[in-house]
Amino acid sequence: MSASEVIPASDKPQETFVLNVGPQHPATHGVLRLKMTMDGEYVARAEPVCGYIHRMHEKMGENRTWAQFLPNTGRIDYLAAMAYNHAYVAAVERAAKIEVPPRAEYIRVITSELNRISSHLVWFGAFLLDLGGFTPLLYAFDDREKILDLLEAITGSRLTYCYYRFGGVCNDIDADFIRGVREFVAGMRPRLKMYHTLVTENVILRRRLVGIGYIGREMCRKYGATGPVIRGAGVAYDVRKVEPYSVYRDLNFDIPAFPEGDCMARYRVRMEEIEQSLRIIEQGLDKLPDGPVMGGNVPRVLKPPAGDCCFAVEAARGRFLVRIISDNKEIPYRVRLRTPCFCNLSLFEEASAGMMLPDALALLGSLDLVIPDIDR
Amino acid sequence: MDFPEPIRLLAFLLGMMAFVAVNAAYLVWAERKGAGRFQRRPGPTEVGWAGLLQPVADGIKLISKQVIVPPGADPILFRVAPLLVMAPAMMTLAVIPFSETLVGRDINVGLVFVFAFGAINVMAIMMGGWASRNKYAIISAARVVSQDVAYEIPMLLVVITLLMVTGTMNLNEIVQQQAGWFWHWNLFRLDVNPLMPVTFIIFFICMLAETNRAPFDMAEAESELVAGAFTEYAGMGFGVFFMAEYANIVVGCSLATVLFLGGWQSPFGVGSGVIWFLLKMYALVFTVIWVRWTFPRTQFYSLLNLSWKILIPISMVTLVLTCILLKLT
Amino acid sequence: MRPKVSIKEIVRGLHSLVAGMRITLGQFFKPTVTVHYPHESLKMAPRFRGHIELVRDEKTGKPLCFACKLCEKACPSDCITVEGVKLEGEKRKSVSEYKLDFTKCSLCGSCVEACKSNAIRFSKDYNLATTSKEELIMDLFKRLEADQAKTGQPDTKDTREAGK
Repeated sequence: MSASEVIPASDKPQETFVLNVGPQHPATHGVLRLKMTMDGEYVARAEPVCGYIHRMHEKMGENRTWAQFLPNTGRIDYLAAMAYNHAYVAAVERAAKIEVPPRAEYIRVITSELNRISSHLVWFGAFLLDLGGFTPLLYAFDDREKILDLLEAITGSRLTYCYYRFGGVCNDIDADFIRGVREFVAGMRPRLKMYHTLVTENVILRRRLVGIGYIGREMCRKYGATGPVIRGAGVAYDVRKVEPYSVYRDLNFDIPAFPEGDCMARYRVRMEEIEQSLRIIEQGLDKLPDGPVMGGNVPRVLKPPAGDCCFAVEAARGRFLVRIISDNKEIPYRVRLRTPCFCNLSLFEEASAGMMLPDALALLGSLDLVIPDIDR
Repeated sequence: MDFPEPIRLLAFLLGMMAFVAVNAAYLVWAERKGAGRFQRRPGPTEVGWAGLLQPVADGIKLISKQVIVPPGADPILFRVAPLLVMAPAMMTLAVIPFSETLVGRDINVGLVFVFAFGAINVMAIMMGGWASRNKYAIISAARVVSQDVAYEIPMLLVVITLLMVTGTMNLNEIVQQQAGWFWHWNLFRLDVNPLMPVTFIIFFICMLAETNRAPFDMAEAESELVAGAFTEYAGMGFGVFFMAEYANIVVGCSLATVLFLGGWQSPFGVGSGVIWFLLKMYALVFTVIWVRWTFPRTQFYSLLNLSWKILIPISMVTLVLTCILLKLT
Repeated sequence: MRPKVSIKEIVRGLHSLVAGMRITLGQFFKPTVTVHYPHESLKMAPRFRGHIELVRDEKTGKPLCFACKLCEKACPSDCITVEGVKLEGEKRKSVSEYKLDFTKCSLCGSCVEACKSNAIRFSKDYNLATTSKEELIMDLFKRLEADQAKTGQPDTKDTREAGK
């Protein structure tokens, strides 16, 4: 196309223009597209366009056996695969009335929390990358690597673990793992302090986050936002406390909540959550009972009795709920996945109106979106 | 050495171009290596010993690529911009005294010359951004202009403060005034202005902003504007913009060295020479790299606020203070 | 939009910047933490889930697999196809073709878990990048035989090493 063939922009002066952020753009961490109507550098309207990585996970659930769907769940939010496996496995266990031995429950909690830390570390690095700070990403990945090594040693995989089974977990943990986790927990606390000095206290970062991207309680309620987003709006809503599952009831931990509702509040919620997860892991290791890691009453061919069953977990990004409907067959009748990122993204349009472009992208980063989690 | 003036000038210009090119290429290497060390990784290691041939490999790659002019772009401005962006760096170095004798042109208004040519850099980036016909690039171009206007003011105020102390705009004379031990450097001339270190910090911050370096890299904010004004440039067009950034850092750091750190003067009073100039300059360059890999990017309005609400008032204060102190003594 | 800036704030801000710079400088002088792949590589964890491979019987050198097709059924992505033949004078079938379509495999490990006779295990091979899709559709039985032909004897020890 030569220059003359190009259709010139409208002769009439236009007040706004459309800026595409994504599906290939450094700020969207995946194939999310934001159609931004810009007024200069101000966002007049930001419309998220999703579906670029829609993989029909829910429909796939209706085409394979109960056990065969398990690997899929880890691929919805690949950064917090453990929690997603947990929700699905626990939902099926609830439907089929499968007993889970206490040791397996403790292992699930420990590994889930490790996974939560690794997920938050990725967010921390990627968020700083959005804000233009490169170095914290590498430091965070250094720490995350330790978690991945630990989890790889027991699960055999580094990202999509597929470690839980109906009735327990597939491999028992060993003394090496326990020692490694304790070392990690001991080493992580000074690292967190370092992050606070390097990043949290930094005046440039504070200027970029404090008071930016307000998301209040009302907005969270309207859009069904959960996880660190709602806790950053001052509501201490956490599935682990509200409807305790697994052995969270026996563990002592706090739900961090900051009432400011800005990007800084969400940032601090996640950093505080890393600390709380460390506490949970420590307690879990102390209380870890002996015994089998697989329940005895798992049928060979699983056919849960007909019925409708839900299970929600607190994933790294919020409330993840699995609803399964069984008609007493080997294959689920319906698997419904309620993912947190979809709700957290949906409030972006309202929250970002009138912000400047870099602030809007900081807000987007603070929502911690995983795109496959939005599209499923 | 007695050469006819035209030959001496030609030799110096060629030398200068080589110096700028080698510096630009190897500062990219140094930046990557430095970033690696700050992030606990080795940086480039594969091409040549410690990756030293990496800039050569990158250069060959960039040169061998097609220069794509996007449809609808202004074909002339689009091509001129990368040429223009390199010019100020080459020109300004001609008046910087590397040592007592190693100076391209010892002119009396050296400082004015440097600032006059330094401003072309902004125009070149704006031109590239505007000519690209790309929304990201235009936003970036608009940012560059307002940013550089905002930071030119405190920078010049600081330089005026310094001029009052030195009384000359000849860069070589400014250096010669700072002879002796390091407390004779303008940075430590607390007798004429107790805020001199603050002045230096302001100068350094302004220099970062003028060269579009992190944390003020608004022009090339990757996570917001993809690559800003350079989004549509491919091959060596991008390469030249990239190298110009480093060339401008060299200029900025050279100027800071000359104005505040005594240029080629040794800190111990004896053994002055070009080596001291290079040492001081590269120490500043290292600081620039160090700053980049430590901080997140500033937000655009805090950048302007910093200039108009903090840097300009403070530099005004130092200016007035210097006036009073000079009058008293 | 912003409250007035006080001198105290400026000083505190500058201090935070200096503190940050001190940390990065501290990291500057520490040794690197990266592994210089491909010059160095890590040893894979014993439970590492690579693609699967057939296991030989230690005594006979034949594959343990008798084509019961449990793995085929367990696989969520239909990437395994097993064919078996009934050889003369043997009680069970023995495997004649074990096709793994690695382009579809999601490395979930269901097949290994489903196998009753421990006839498949995870390989430690992770350098699986190829330039053609066909190379990823492997016949594990042929692979095993080729392996045997190469070493000249039934190799029963665990050859799974990192970086091979």
